[in-house]
Amino acid sequence: MSRRRFLETVAKSGGQSFLFGSLFVNTALLKLPQAGADAKSRAEAEIGKGVIYGFVVDTTKCIGCGSCVRACRAENNVPDGYNRTWVEQYTFYPDGEVFVNSPNGGEDGFAEALPTRNRPSGAEQAPMRGFFVPKLCNHCIDTPCIQVCPVGASFKTDEGVVLVDHERCVGCGYCVQACPFGSRFIDPRSHTAGKCTWCHHRVTKGLLPACVVSCPADARIFGNVSDPESTISRILATNRVQVLKSYLGTRPRTRYIGLDSEVI
Amino acid sequence: MHHYITEGYVLPNQAHIYWTSMIVLYPYITGIVAGAFIISSLHHVFDKDELKPVSRFAMVMAFAFLLFATLPLLNHLGHPERALNIMFTPNVTSAMAGFGFIYSAYLFILAVEIWLVYRTDIVHLYNETKYPALKPVYWLLALGVLDISEEAKALDRRVMVVLAAIGIPAACGLHGYVGFIFGAIKANPWWASPLMPVIFLLSAIVSGVAMVMICYIVIHWVKGREINGECVTALIETAWYFLIIDVTLELLELINHAYMANEDWIILKELVTGKLFVSMFVIQILLGSVVPFLAMGAVVVFKQRAPAAVRNVIGVVCGVLLLAQVGAMRWNVVMGGQMFSKSLRGFLNFEIDIYGREGLIAAAVILCLPFVVIYVFSRLLPLWGSVETFPKEWMKERPPVRQPLKGYSKFTS
Repeated sequence: MSRRRFLETVAKSGGQSFLFGSLFVNTALLKLPQAGADAKSRAEAEIGKGVIYGFVVDTTKCIGCGSCVRACRAENNVPDGYNRTWVEQYTFYPDGEVFVNSPNGGEDGFAEALPTRNRPSGAEQAPMRGFFVPKLCNHCIDTPCIQVCPVGASFKTDEGVVLVDHERCVGCGYCVQACPFGSRFIDPRSHTAGKCTWCHHRVTKGLLPACVVSCPADARIFGNVSDPESTISRILATNRVQVLKSYLGTRPRTRYIGLDSEVI
Repeated sequence: MHHYITEGYVLPNQAHIYWTSMIVLYPYITGIVAGAFIISSLHHVFDKDELKPVSRFAMVMAFAFLLFATLPLLNHLGHPERALNIMFTPNVTSAMAGFGFIYSAYLFILAVEIWLVYRTDIVHLYNETKYPALKPVYWLLALGVLDISEEAKALDRRVMVVLAAIGIPAACGLHGYVGFIFGAIKANPWWASPLMPVIFLLSAIVSGVAMVMICYIVIHWVKGREINGECVTALIETAWYFLIIDVTLELLELINHAYMANEDWIILKELVTGKLFVSMFVIQILLGSVVPFLAMGAVVVFKQRAPAAVRNVIGVVCGVLLLAQVGAMRWNVVMGGQMFSKSLRGFLNFEIDIYGREGLIAAAVILCLPFVVIYVFSRLLPLWGSVETFPKEWMKERPPVRQPLKGYSKFTS
């Protein structure tokens, strides 16, 4: 190879690698703002790609009646002792103690809206404040449960719904371990993974999920986030929302209004 | 699936423990494979001739345990009949999906390697057996390859060294990978750690060396054969060396959790000082690490000056303690990670079943199966050396050749 030819080749390949390198950097930069803290902007970045479902839980509205849990169990035939959705009760006491419970997943409601507690000394302690937090599958964008499924039984639909193929699932339980939110379980009847589907069988027929329909307080909002006119888009546009365990980077599609830092 | 007694707030779906004894057993068995294989490679590849008396046995042990490494998993799966989906439709992003391929590749390497090591012996047995009925068995074991000319043996040896050399990273890969299955789960603060594969690999080596050491000393003692002092010392030294690195990393992992004191440390601290106290501080660290460290350390320091009987007793007792250490470590990782809820506000009480599909008896049976294979193997072929040294009773008479241990060329039969 002549020197001239050699230099030409070097210059050409150098130029190419610079080009590809900068493409890579540019893509990375473009991605970076989306990988930031706000899940809302990320979901909205997908607008224009067809229907993208989203879910908002307004914890300031939940009254802890448990209708959603009962409706979910009836609609989806959820086995006893397992939950596709559940309601947690948080109560704060003056001494700084936080009491969290969810008897039977909140299915039967809660005995007291603000339970008093007995101190170890025996004296009653009046609660300071409290609230309810309904929980369900977060249908994460970067979901760890799909990542770990060894056989590809867990998958995501084009609308962003995370589902399980029960004909394919081997029941290893790896997804149950990988879900940071405890949303998954192994169904003792089918020996496959069970989880919230956002009532995929209903929403694809134009209906709302059972928990959303049954909520008397409008604490659960479901809809198409890629449609700027939808209720959920308006709510997302006018509220500050949070996601659970954002530090794990799973980018949940279920978002919360009025989330307290004590809610994990 | 049970409902477990819970304390504090446990997420509703976590009131069940999904991974139990079988998932503890699975890394335990693959660990013994990796460790036993390393012992055999130390002789075959790294020329540690003092390990020659156990190198064949270690390889057979690795193979026998590897045969059953998948059994706990199959027993655990909700749909074992779909298990092969993991190879037919693997999900490339899954840490678990690689298992079928890594396992199969390693099983293949190990099977071929054992065949090459034993082929000359098999052919000898084929030629010299007194009973015609055994001839077809040995012909099958030799896969019909009956050529034992010097050229054929030389080729066997060359291929074997290459396979043994490939086998080392494969063994490390297999077990490091088992640790990765846990270490890569960010949802579980007790598991998520890049140290996990390394710790799993090192403890695997410790358990494999311990198992080989116990079997070597006990079987030779029962059979009234001479126990090779240099070999026991070398096994103890190897176990001691890997134990030190292993326990150092295990403690570093714990200290790192405590020192970083992330939000999860509040519950992890309660976990290790409460539910895991006995299995972690008493069994894993005190009995399983400190005691063998001191006892085996004495052998390492005194070498051949230590009386043979003392050395052998230390070998067996420390071997058992090391197996308990590694078992406790597997338990503490697998079960410990499920004894607290991802709410980070509650605990579960786990008590292992005796009966049932994933009970203690099932686990014990699975753990015994490799020994059945080793026994059957030992009926057909010699475990501890070539037929020259360990002839079978159905061979035609020939004077047994006792060769001195030192001065062996590595792969002569």
